[in-house]
Amino acid sequence: MQKLLLLGDEAIGQAALDAGISGIYAYPGTPSTEIMEYIQVSKQAEESKVHRQWSANEKTAMEAAIGMSYAGKRAIVCMKHVGLNVAADAFMNAAITGANGGLVVLAADDPSMHSSQNEQDSRYYGHFAIIPIFEPSNQQEAYDMTIEAFNFSEKHKIPVLLRVTTRLAHSRSGVVCKTKRPQNEVKLPDNPKQFILLPAIARKQYKELLDKQTTIKKDIENSLFNAYIDAKDKSMGIITTGIAYNYLMENYPERICPYPILKITQYPVPEKQIAKMADECSCILVMEEGYPIIEEQLRGLLNRCLTIKGRLDGSLPRVGELNANVVAHALGLPDTQGEKIPDIVAPRPPALCLGCPHIDSYNALNEAITPYGKGRVFSDIGCYTLGALPPYNAIYACVDMGASITMAKGASDAGLQPTVAVIGDSTFCHSGITSLFDCVMENTPITVMILDNSTTGMTGGQKSHGVGRLESICLGLGVEKEHIRILKPLPNQHQTNVNIIAEELKYKGVSVIIPQRECVQTLKKRMKAKNK
Amino acid sequence: MNIDIILAGVGGQGILSIATIIGNTAVRQGLFLKQAEVHGMSQRGGDVQSHLRLSDKEIASDLIPMGKADLIISVEPMEALRYLPMLKPDGWVITNTNPFINIPNYPDNNLLMNRIHALKNKIAIDADQIAKDLGSARSSNMVILGATTPFLKLKFEDLEKTIEDTFIRKGQDIVNVNIACLHAGREFAMKK
Repeated sequence: MQKLLLLGDEAIGQAALDAGISGIYAYPGTPSTEIMEYIQVSKQAEESKVHRQWSANEKTAMEAAIGMSYAGKRAIVCMKHVGLNVAADAFMNAAITGANGGLVVLAADDPSMHSSQNEQDSRYYGHFAIIPIFEPSNQQEAYDMTIEAFNFSEKHKIPVLLRVTTRLAHSRSGVVCKTKRPQNEVKLPDNPKQFILLPAIARKQYKELLDKQTTIKKDIENSLFNAYIDAKDKSMGIITTGIAYNYLMENYPERICPYPILKITQYPVPEKQIAKMADECSCILVMEEGYPIIEEQLRGLLNRCLTIKGRLDGSLPRVGELNANVVAHALGLPDTQGEKIPDIVAPRPPALCLGCPHIDSYNALNEAITPYGKGRVFSDIGCYTLGALPPYNAIYACVDMGASITMAKGASDAGLQPTVAVIGDSTFCHSGITSLFDCVMENTPITVMILDNSTTGMTGGQKSHGVGRLESICLGLGVEKEHIRILKPLPNQHQTNVNIIAEELKYKGVSVIIPQRECVQTLKKRMKAKNK
Repeated sequence: MNIDIILAGVGGQGILSIATIIGNTAVRQGLFLKQAEVHGMSQRGGDVQSHLRLSDKEIASDLIPMGKADLIISVEPMEALRYLPMLKPDGWVITNTNPFINIPNYPDNNLLMNRIHALKNKIAIDADQIAKDLGSARSSNMVILGATTPFLKLKFEDLEKTIEDTFIRKGQDIVNVNIACLHAGREFAMKK
């Protein structure tokens, strides 16, 4: 069979295609973006006419995927961990409806927050929704388990949560692919009421969800993806989840660990194997790439039985991703860290690109707002969050997608006026439109700057829904025409821009200022493609 | 056989082009490979690194453990030093000498180069100048790659073949200049 060199994300994309999906739905978010990007350029996806357009946000993506599953076809929906918060309403209820065509929800978590505002562990969501979770430990498993997830979803008529973390999503390795399965035909659910969550039906559906758990647990206990690797030294047993297994084995160059290992990649946790380990071993060390979920379950509230080691007793750090060195420490093996970083090395934080339009927007805003003092600018999730760093020091908040406008509204309601919201075009379309609608309904004194670089910049330049539509969206919401101001964020327009922003800061109602200039990165890419 | 490499640079400098050529050559030779990359926020001008692991046996971790890297390949001198905690005691540092200055507190170049020359095993190469002399200023990464070849344990001819495959759609001239850069980097390293 064909062996491809794929990122974990790409392995999932290829597997979804080989499993016969009819659609992928997603909003860009590190570290999940590359799954959709892989499928968008795939010849196989083009030939089989797989739906592969970006959605406005994770919730609309999730709902479209549920709709495709309703119609009997296979769908995958992909997002980063915090995207699952946005999609949570649809996600939780999809567990109650159950699936018709195979439905796989991919959440890519970012422990250590390489590119995120928190390191929440999506396995809690799977547990919360009472659905199975698959958590591959390497690229080949990412491929194999994605295919298995679709089969499992259709067998048990339930959505499956597929969880990966940054290091698997963004690491490349050889992957052997399987034969391609054709897409499903359109086929309505056998039970026409399955997707109608009226209380009376929902109660039945919920009971069905709980009843399914017995067979799901049995399947997972017997699954080859959860492995019990026995060994002689029973002074300790080790439970690993996801890629933690790799960091454990890295510490044994011959790949022979002296302690028994339970390698978990599928949930609900296999109780039979855990009981075996508890019976045979003097203590259990739990290594989880994420929150100490299994560790907490094993300890319980009283923690009076077996000694459980892990992130909660300090054997492993409570926060951040694992690596071979922290695992070595937990195993009592020597540290291998090399020479220290010399003092001469300066930190090099990320920064706005040379020529970035956001620079000109922030320079103009900073000047216009100076008379009113600091602390009045609420920002959002995107490249422009880097406006928090010197030399701009321009923003005071970044919480979640769309929060800039509604937080500024709340601050304005509290009497902090003028207040400013700074949001990108893609983030505005993701979650800012309803926030602006709230402001319009009350004519809140607020100045909203939609920094329109016509792309989703931070994740590498994916298509933005807002291109060419921002002005008409704001008009449609009811923003007054004379208070929608379009700027050209360029150094030679600086004074004009300062004046316009200053005018709108004075206005005691809703103003929208749209600085419009293409992202320099997408411009570069476009020019390169044109010259070819 | 196994070799663990840290590739270092600044977001946008194209360290992944080096990783791709080494990686594809390793696959050509039937080796196992894992290559962890940095995507997302750091790509906006921040420090970036890639962990590249090659082996004739299956590889466990996607990340190289601290103190276990055989090589640090850096396209920028200060970034070469940032990853010293990753390097083996007898590991080598191969770095471009041309600084990429996008921060106000970038260290003094003389002090920086003194620190690099104080390393036990290092190749410090002015890859930009060598690439320019060969007529392709954009190919400095190929010069750096060339300078790593004495340490790579990969067949040189296979690297040449991979470069040809990578650049052939841009024409034979581009292939030739990149291979010339590879040779020039190698010769520089061999003289050291």
